[in-house]
This record gives sequence, C-alpha cells and structure tokens, in this order.
Amino acid sequence: MSPSTTAKQASPAIGPAQIELLERLCNAVAVSGDEREVRAIVLKELEGVADQIQVDALGNVLAARRASQPGALRVMLAAHMDEVGMMLMEEEEAGVFKFETIGGIDQRQLPGKAVLVGKDHLPGVIGVRPIHFYSAFAELETIPVEELRIDLGPENGKKAKPGQRATFATRFWQAGPSLIAKALDNRLGVATLIELVRRPPENVELLAAFTVQEEVGLRGARVAAFALNPDLAIAVDSTPANDLPAWDGSENVSYNTRLGMGPAIYLADRGTLSDPRLIRHLAATGDALDIPYQFRQAGGGGTDAGAIHRQRTGIPSVSVSVPGRYAHTAASIARRQDWENTLALLYHTLERLTPVLLEADR
Amino acid sequence: MPDIKAFLKTLLSLPGTSGFEDPVREVIAEAWRPLVDELHTSPIGSLHGLRKGSGDMPRQRILLMAHMDAIGLIVTRIVDGFLRITDARVMDSRILPGQPVIVHGRRPVPGVIVLPSPALLPPTIGKGGMVDREHLFVDTGLPAEEVSQLIRIGDPVSFAQAPLDLSDDVLAGHSLDNRASVAALTACLEELQRLRCSWDVWAVASVQEEETLGGAFTSAFSIRPDLAVAIDVTFGKGPGSPNDYRTFELGKGLTLGWGSNVHPGLYRRFKDLAEELELPYFVELMPKSSGTDAMAMQVIAEGIPTIVLGIPCRYLHTPVEMVSMKDITRAGHLMAEFIARLDADFVQNLSLEVEL
Repeated sequence: MSPSTTAKQASPAIGPAQIELLERLCNAVAVSGDEREVRAIVLKELEGVADQIQVDALGNVLAARRASQPGALRVMLAAHMDEVGMMLMEEEEAGVFKFETIGGIDQRQLPGKAVLVGKDHLPGVIGVRPIHFYSAFAELETIPVEELRIDLGPENGKKAKPGQRATFATRFWQAGPSLIAKALDNRLGVATLIELVRRPPENVELLAAFTVQEEVGLRGARVAAFALNPDLAIAVDSTPANDLPAWDGSENVSYNTRLGMGPAIYLADRGTLSDPRLIRHLAATGDALDIPYQFRQAGGGGTDAGAIHRQRTGIPSVSVSVPGRYAHTAASIARRQDWENTLALLYHTLERLTPVLLEADR
Repeated sequence: MPDIKAFLKTLLSLPGTSGFEDPVREVIAEAWRPLVDELHTSPIGSLHGLRKGSGDMPRQRILLMAHMDAIGLIVTRIVDGFLRITDARVMDSRILPGQPVIVHGRRPVPGVIVLPSPALLPPTIGKGGMVDREHLFVDTGLPAEEVSQLIRIGDPVSFAQAPLDLSDDVLAGHSLDNRASVAALTACLEELQRLRCSWDVWAVASVQEEETLGGAFTSAFSIRPDLAVAIDVTFGKGPGSPNDYRTFELGKGLTLGWGSNVHPGLYRRFKDLAEELELPYFVELMPKSSGTDAMAMQVIAEGIPTIVLGIPCRYLHTPVEMVSMKDITRAGHLMAEFIARLDADFVQNLSLEVEL
C-alpha cells in the first residue's frame, strides 16, 4: 500500500512492549548533565528506524522521519531525557558524602531514602539522626540538604567520588491502572516520542529531539531547536497532577491537572505562552476523535517549549503532558490510560496538520 | 543455614509491625525448627524455641530474647481513595514523604507515602515547612472503589524498602531494628549445635517491643529463666548522630550494657568472656533504662538477672538502617560461648558487688 492511499491510521497503542520500554527508561539513571543511560536506550530503540539520527554536542539525540510528500510541515517534538537528582560533592568520612541537588527537588523528599550512585549504580542511603536524640517532637523542622549525607558504607565508598551523580533507587511497578516509578517526568515523554518515531504520521516531517538538561535550564532544547529549525514544535512532558483532597475538606481549586482526565494541553506556564492555533488544533483533534484531554491550569512550571519558541526568528510552540502525581520525588504516579491518550492525541494532531494551520490568525 | 546474611535479608523483606508479627514469625520458626527441640508460640504471638541442655533435671534456664516486631504505621482514615496514617510509636515524620510502603489489607497493597502540594496543606505549614504525618497520605495508585474494598481503617502499613548490600559486610534496610538481633540469635543457635551445654536454652523472638514490651513481660513470665539476655540494636556512630558516648562505631564490636537494667555480675562475666575470646566490645552506659526488652524481663516474678547486648546500627527507626554483619556474628558467637560455659553454680556465684 503506497503512502498516498493510506486512510486515517490507528494511533500506536500502549501494550506490554511499551510498558517494558517505559520500565527500562524509568529504572535508568540519567541526571541532568549525564544522560548516557537514557541516550543509549533511545539510540538502540531507534536504530534502523529513523531516516536520520545524530547525537549533538550537548548530548541531545536528534532523529528524523521524512514525510511522504514534499513541502510537508517540519514538526519538532521534544522530550527531555534528564531527571532531577544529586551530585556527590565531598567525602566527609569513609563512604559518607556531602551532596547537592540537581534540578527542583524539594529537600523534604530526601531523608530516609535509598539512592543509586554513578554509572555502576552503587547503592547508598540518606539517613537521619535517630528520633530518640530529640527531646521533643516540637524540635523537628525541615532538614536542610546541607545537613544530609549520602552514605555508601566504607567499602563501596572507595568506589565513589565527588562529581558522580545520584538519584532515587525506586524500581518501576504497576498498580491497577497506575504506573509508579521515579523519573516518570519525563521518561513518559521519551517513550511517547520513541513510539511516534517508530510509527510516524506520514504527512509531516517528524523531527524528534530527545533533549538534555531540561531540569537545569532547558539547555538541550535550545540548541536542538536551532539545529532543527522547525516550522512548529510540541514539547512532550509530564506535568504535576495535584489532585489530592485538601487538608480541611474544602474544594481543591489548584489541582494543575487531574489523573485520568487525559493529556494536558498547556495554555501558559512560566516560560511559554502556547501558540493559540496549536492549542485549538489539539483540542479540535481531541473533540473530533473523542480523545479525552484537559487544559493544564495556567501558572508556574515550564517545559522545553520555553526555550524552543524563542529560537531563531520564533517557532510556534505548545506543550502536551501526561499528568503525573509527585514529580521530582522517589515515586511518581501516572495512569496508563492518560499515557495512551497522550500518544493518540499527538499522533492524530500530527496526522491532521497542514501548512494552512500556520496561515490562520492567532 | 550457612548464610546468616541471606537469612537476615529475607527477614528484612517481610512485614511484621508491632502487633502484626505473624509473617516474620513464620519464617523465623522455619529457620529455628532444625536448631531447637521444641517450638511454641505464646498467646500473644512471641516465638519460643527450646534447646534442651545436658544437665540433670531440674535444669537451669537461660533466656535469649530479640524482638521481631518492627516500627510501622496504621491506616486511620480513607479520603477519596487516599489513606491517612498514624505511626505506631517513635518515628520521625520527616522520613515519610516519598517512602514506598505496603498496606496490609485484604491483600498486600503497595503504595507510597506522599506530600500534598502546598495549597492543599494548612497555611501555617508555609512553603517548605515540615509536614506532620497527619497531613500526609498513602497513595496506592488504585481507584477509590478498589481501595475501599481492599483496605480498612486499622490496617497496618509497613516499609517496602528492599535491603541494600552496601558491601559484603554492610547491610542497609528497614527493620534491622531488630531483625539484626534475630539473625544474631539464630547464629548463636547454629553454633550451639556444635557445643555441649548443660543448661536449657530458650530462644525468644518477642512481639510488641516497640509498643508495650508485651512480648518480653509475658515470655519471661512463662519461661521463668535463671538468666536473661536482651539483644537489640543500639545507636551507631554516623552522620546526624551525636559523636559521643551515646554512639558506637559500626563493625568495631558489639556493646555490653551497664546500668540499672543490667545485673553487674552478669555484665562482668560477659566482659571477661569477650576479652578471653578477643572479641571487641564497647561498654554502653545506660544510666536510667535501656529501652529494650530487658526492662520487662528484669522485673518478672521474683526478678531475673538480665544483661543487654547491643549491635551498633546507623539511622535507627528509618527504612535505611545500617549494620555491619561482623557485629552480628560476634554477638552470636559471644552468646554461644557464654552458654557453653554455664554450670550448675553459675547463678549462686553471681555477685552484685562488682565494679565496672
């Protein structure tokens, strides 16, 4: 069947192979600035699939799929490979290291956690002063990260050194409809992009950027967008769902997004005002095909779109995220169904894209 | 059972919070069965193993006790599928956010303890402020309907952190308090297979130490020993802990308690034996009380000469407690050698007129 006769295709689905890929991606350690493990998975998964693939100077993986027709829109999809974590800074005593955090980690998430250090994934722990040494619970305050240590024990400590990165040791698991892991932000985006490169809509030129250093300043996306020079861009990420009950039973009005309500379309965040034409097109696609979606509450946070839309002479950009609870902690939670709907919405949004869209008024 | 570390890692992977010790008791019982002559469970769940001595009846008895219960949490309320929790006893709420747990409902349900976003917390907490456990939730990832079918108020919640091998010698994980001592006690029973001893040896894995000492009171009453040994973990030196007389370096020896819970003569015999065997030890000063099962055993019936042995452990009462296997092995060896030397006159020669 030639591409020109292809009717609307079914979007790629989330099956056991996709879950297994996500599991590998989440269990990999790739703290901002050292994305090797995730990059290796991406390169392997896309070997022989992409029409063109390269690793740039910062470590981004740029993979292209050509369109079936000339004159097609050049669409950049960006998903960051890096995760928040820590760096060992100084050995204080045998196997005990001072450390700093990399990316936005709430220091209240650190005490009492197991971590993995360096490329050999050396296990370590972040312990605390035993509760027995406090005279009253009233003494307890948030422990500043300066007072915490990563402890690898004296023997394994010899194999670690300052400069190595660390992250939470949590392993991926599934619970009913949920996916639970560290770094679902943004291995969900990486896995989504891998699926789209494997089965791209053929009407657009797909420029996939698996970016580095998003969590420390959108650096990978900035140079990737320059190199790819697309007509438009979509950042694919994971955004917080703060959809828990309020402490006093009042209505939760600042949920950001909600699990189970579908992909989150960004209107505005701290770094980007999404292109209204792209917002409308995403919503129209969801409405036409009965794919659930939600609008992310406008406010803080940011994605690679913050760097991409300001590149060169300006690139119309939007972000679409899989909602996830407890980002940047040892264990975040997302719904498999939201992921599948995100993949479907992105696929069909691309499939329905034509150059006319960018000629319309904002 | 040749590998005491493998056994300990098995114990660390089991639930068994105070009052809900069944899962861990079953595994300890299996390990002890070939090592003892009799095995019983007390009315409140402590495990009693008897290894009969070779002396004439009525034989004297020594009781070796390590508590098998672990600190944990309990479900107090269910709100839209999210669980509110309280801790059973001494636990620092600051270790809880992001902590993987297992809720022991109609089936074991894994979950994670979570910190709600600032807008969902009392404004008094402020940005980045410490959040007490009453404002944390457990999120199981399951829909609310399924949660209400599986989980009820009162269900225990245990830590799910897997044991971590930090080297051949150093092990980290939850419930090393006091499964480390259960492992030491098991190592002692193994060593006794090769030793001749005249006294009866009662090994007890006690319940509810972290709450009420209920296991220690009742097992000591039921066994009515002539001597009692409490084996528990004690404070390891390390980050966050005071670097003074209250803490002990990991891997450098077990501790012998000295203070009002400890019979001075019994302390002296253990100290002399440790020196004879060239086993390194620290003296742990316990001026008022030891915070162990010894507090209960000492005052049973007419009173029992009691001692406290300690295994240094970092980060006590967190899911990342840390011990050295060497100290566990030493504790097992010291107890076994002590038992092998017990004779009929031991107790009547035990003197209170002893200096440190």
